[in-house]
Amino acid sequence: MSWLRIKRKLPLIVVNIVVIIAMILWIVPTLGLLITSFRPASEVAYSGWWTVFSSPLRFTQFTIENYQNVLRTGGMATAFRNSFIITVGGTLIPVFLAALAAFGLSRLNFSGQGFFYALIVMMLVVPTQMTFVPVLKLYNRLSLSGTFVGLWLVHTGYGLPFAIFMLHSFFQSLPNDLFEAAHIDGASIWTTFVRLALPLSIPALASLVIFQFLFVWNDLLVALIYLGGHESVAPLTMRLSSLVGSHGQDWHVLTAAAFVSMIVPLIVFFSLQKYFVRGLLGGAVKG
Amino acid sequence: MKRKTGFLAPVFYVGPAVLFLLVFQVYPALQTIRLSFMDRRSVNFVGLDNYKYVFTSQVMLRAFKNNLLWLVFFTAGTVGLGLLFAILVDRVKYESVAKSIIFMPMAISFVGAGVVWKFMYSYKPSGAEQIGLLNQILVVLGFEPKGWLLQSPLNNFALIAVGLWIWTGYCMVILSAAYKGIPRELLEAGQVDGANELELFWHVIIPEMKPALSVVITTMLVNVLKIFDIIYVMTNGNFGTEVIANRMFKEMFQFANTGRASAIAVVLFLIIIPIMYFNIRQKLKGEA
Repeated sequence: MSWLRIKRKLPLIVVNIVVIIAMILWIVPTLGLLITSFRPASEVAYSGWWTVFSSPLRFTQFTIENYQNVLRTGGMATAFRNSFIITVGGTLIPVFLAALAAFGLSRLNFSGQGFFYALIVMMLVVPTQMTFVPVLKLYNRLSLSGTFVGLWLVHTGYGLPFAIFMLHSFFQSLPNDLFEAAHIDGASIWTTFVRLALPLSIPALASLVIFQFLFVWNDLLVALIYLGGHESVAPLTMRLSSLVGSHGQDWHVLTAAAFVSMIVPLIVFFSLQKYFVRGLLGGAVKG
Repeated sequence: MKRKTGFLAPVFYVGPAVLFLLVFQVYPALQTIRLSFMDRRSVNFVGLDNYKYVFTSQVMLRAFKNNLLWLVFFTAGTVGLGLLFAILVDRVKYESVAKSIIFMPMAISFVGAGVVWKFMYSYKPSGAEQIGLLNQILVVLGFEPKGWLLQSPLNNFALIAVGLWIWTGYCMVILSAAYKGIPRELLEAGQVDGANELELFWHVIIPEMKPALSVVITTMLVNVLKIFDIIYVMTNGNFGTEVIANRMFKEMFQFANTGRASAIAVVLFLIIIPIMYFNIRQKLKGEA
């Protein structure tokens, strides 16, 4: 029920028109990319993707050659694997450590607790740009630049403040009685964490995992900084942006490569949208 | 009652996270401040030279100017459109579909979105068959095709439009949740008092949504200050589209000048602090 509905001054038809125009504006660019990625190079260069609608049933005008191309010679298959490796580590490590820390900060009682929580919240203010130069120097000294491990660690360091912030407020909202009862029954701290806190916070953990997963999968800047020019470990975003540099006008290549980089986030998004939205509402983006 | 513990439990639970924060946030942030007063190789102290460069060089002033343009149009655009859509989709039957579609760009990478739009903006000289949709529309309507990403200041607005396409959905989702949370009695009471739609909007809706609006606005402001990927992929700062974060990246890698890169980071940090302060304060308030 909305205030607009209370007084029907703005006709419903206008509302519908605006919303439908918005939907078209938001869907057409991606649709154009998708259609182009299935068209042969010769046609992509000389005619717009919308021309396929003049004879949409002529299936011979479509091809999967572009995908075969970018996966084999374009390096997108390797990049896909790299993105996967980077994202799994870059998601699971920070979420696990954040769960530990958030539990410690909200369910234990020790001196300095308030200080550590304040420290973590303060870190939300620091833009990652403030850390690039010194961490890169450190990484060069430790030979961690250009490695997956290096990227896992750095995504953990960058992702932790937000993750702890979000889980901390969730753990605090859990009923105290449960933890007291567990304590009286003689459960150890670890048991309360694994058997009580974690299972109860599955919705929050799911939101956080999806959030961090999409964040790391879609990251370009952190990968550019710490992977150097190493193509062998480059994720999809890096590979795609270097294809933009080397194949600037080969739209059959770029559109297929872009779609390869988008397919996993799109599947995650459309199947788990509820959790993603919940994660956003629980806090906002920190990059 | 929380469980009183000895020394070991806090170290086990909180220790790893604190260690990571010290290594990846606290130490580098302090170190960056120190490096910002040193030369390109971080050997000698150079006083305020790097800051002089940041605030006086042509390239940096250009970057600041563009970031300011982004700041105004991107923030107003994402929050304004987000609010408009949040209110309008509430009235249509296909609300969840409309929201999914507008929110979708948040799921894909900025690099991917950059490619999507670079293709939309693609330009061929007049007379040649256009393959970019926007120029095709111009040609059909009888105009000359435009080099959307080549002409300044048009290209800055073309890039900002990509930012709007990506982030409006985020604003819409947050604002939509806040909008639905407004108690109905408030709106009805306002209506009974004879307020018209516009009055309801300004005197009930906006004040009620203030917490959500301030989170969204501050989040967009911080985003815009750190905007990098879109520019890196679409123009790499050429043709007068340079922004602060992109400039810092170039100082680091293209010119190998850690002093200047650090000074840019510190300036960015100083601008972000007050905005994030409001953002976090609002969120902590929401928690309580």
